[in-house]
Amino acid sequence: MTEALLEVNHLKTYFPITSGLFNRTVGHVKAVDDISITLKEGEAFGLVGESGSGKSTVGKTIVRLADKTSGEVKFKGIDLHQLSEKELRKLRPKLQLIFQDPYSSLNPRVRVGDAIGEALINHGLATKAEARELVLEVMDACGLSTYHYDRFPHEFSGGQRQRIGIARALVLNPDLIIADEPVSALDVSIQAQIINLFRKLQVSRGLTYLFISHDLSVVEHLCTRIGVMYLGTMMETASRDELFRNPLHPYTKALLSAVPVPIPKKKRKDQKERIVLSGDIPNPANPPSGCKFHTRCPFATDICREQLPVFRHAGGDHYIACHLA
Amino acid sequence: MRNVMEIEHLSTYFYTREGAVKAVNDISFRIREGETVCIVGESGSGKSVTALSVMGLIEEPAGKIVEGQIHFDGKQLLNLSKQELRTIRGNDIAMIFQEPMSSLNPVIPIGKQIMEPLKTHQGLNKKEAKRRAIELIELVGISRPEQIAESYPHQLSGGMLQRVMIAMAISCEPKLLIADEPTTALDVTIQAQILDMLDRIKQKANMSMLLITHDLGVVAEIADYVIVMYSGKIVEEGEVVELFDNPKHPYTQGLLRSKPIIGDRQDELYSIPGQVPNPLDLKESCYFHDRCEHCLPICKTKLPQLKGMEGRQRVACWLYEEGTHHD
Repeated sequence: MTEALLEVNHLKTYFPITSGLFNRTVGHVKAVDDISITLKEGEAFGLVGESGSGKSTVGKTIVRLADKTSGEVKFKGIDLHQLSEKELRKLRPKLQLIFQDPYSSLNPRVRVGDAIGEALINHGLATKAEARELVLEVMDACGLSTYHYDRFPHEFSGGQRQRIGIARALVLNPDLIIADEPVSALDVSIQAQIINLFRKLQVSRGLTYLFISHDLSVVEHLCTRIGVMYLGTMMETASRDELFRNPLHPYTKALLSAVPVPIPKKKRKDQKERIVLSGDIPNPANPPSGCKFHTRCPFATDICREQLPVFRHAGGDHYIACHLA
Repeated sequence: MRNVMEIEHLSTYFYTREGAVKAVNDISFRIREGETVCIVGESGSGKSVTALSVMGLIEEPAGKIVEGQIHFDGKQLLNLSKQELRTIRGNDIAMIFQEPMSSLNPVIPIGKQIMEPLKTHQGLNKKEAKRRAIELIELVGISRPEQIAESYPHQLSGGMLQRVMIAMAISCEPKLLIADEPTTALDVTIQAQILDMLDRIKQKANMSMLLITHDLGVVAEIADYVIVMYSGKIVEEGEVVELFDNPKHPYTQGLLRSKPIIGDRQDELYSIPGQVPNPLDLKESCYFHDRCEHCLPICKTKLPQLKGMEGRQRVACWLYEEGTHHD
């Protein structure tokens, strides 16, 4: 059994809602409400959910870009939220983030090669000359050419910029990469290139991924285990095959059936029963009582309205939080 | 079936310091009565500019429709004055955009904004318009319509706002609804609701629809007829089943293959190599040739024209031209 690289236990991140003259706290947005995830070394875990589900906040809280309210985040057995700034900084190269829009995290006046190597020098991991070597090597692995080193960010297309974002994370030789919607802004033909790159790098470098996305089809292609979030709560986790073959939670089922498939509707014979959810995702500042999904769930009963379902084992590596399934 | 709109040899250019960008480059197509035509393409393919050209929303002098004709309902849209165009826009042709928030006025209640076109185009008085506005809000699947009519845009979610935009667009019972990426900013569960509703309303009102999207899944869900654009050109078009069953153009084939599909996992996704050419630097050639697996010598020197295949399918590719050498 491989050891857990990242352990997230009962993590809660609440953002205060303030109001009035003295900014009194009048309530909380429970962006992340009791989430537990364990990532083994070399694993790719996919965290999916709609907007407002708290999936990005999970990523941010793990790397301490947001403060937790309670719970713990253990990276290689070390509790990240207990570390001092200095200790955390030392550890940072080992856990890297990749964002949706790489352009906004690149300085337009810094040459791309220097931008990729910057962190190496800042962290004292390499001299300037060594950094150049390492950067070129990583650029090559990410499908960028040597002559790209001296170019500026605006000279690159969206797909290439994402390659730069990946190279920048990779050059530090991290153990864990948290990627927040890394392919969402890309065109399909480019998206496929980047998904393949993520895959290739995982194998060649033994990387562990936490992949945050709203797109189930992308997650299916990249991740071996998947967690589905709704309003800050984990609804279901299972291995990829189990989740897609045998989804248990009504929300997962609805989410799966809502993804448009590129087979013309006019042609589909076995019209799989499509669950079209009614209504919108509720306000996270004021989530429904009981099961948070009950307002949109077609099967909700009295117990769902009153009691919060426990996140429980449902056989194999399948876990769900539902009274009915 | 009657054509609602015929577009002939439309070309729209934008002028930049570096030169002219042929955003839409000599395209022709028609939209039949009651039909949903989808234009699919990646960023920079010219799909949105096509929609804006039809609506007369190209801002001069940065951009200009340099050539072509747009026939709509017996009129030639490009010859109309601004005033004449305005009576058609919103009344006979309506449009919805990707970002509903940016098309709504933040300080006017939703209901009032829906009443506006009803008063301008249909000549309804205030009371009638209000009644109709509430009916429309109900029609697009919003519960508590009276209450919503009184709310301001910031009080509603993205999905609700897009419904409001649709309510506004269909308020004057247009013959043609143009929707530019109407569900791209929405979550999948909300997207499913909106697509369902658009389809239902379209059938009921016998309206035609021109839908612009980058998502082949959405196309499969709602289209009758599909147009694939690349670098300002139509590279392939056809009825939705024909096109998905038997895509002819290597670009269409590549697009369909590179989309990850749930339940059909591959170890490595097919991906089209390279990237779209620089629109300022298009040479006389097939614009897709340097990304194409089947590139022939002629592809590098001559632009292929659209050619009819079986049914309504047409493709612009030298592979299907008689007399071109296959291997």
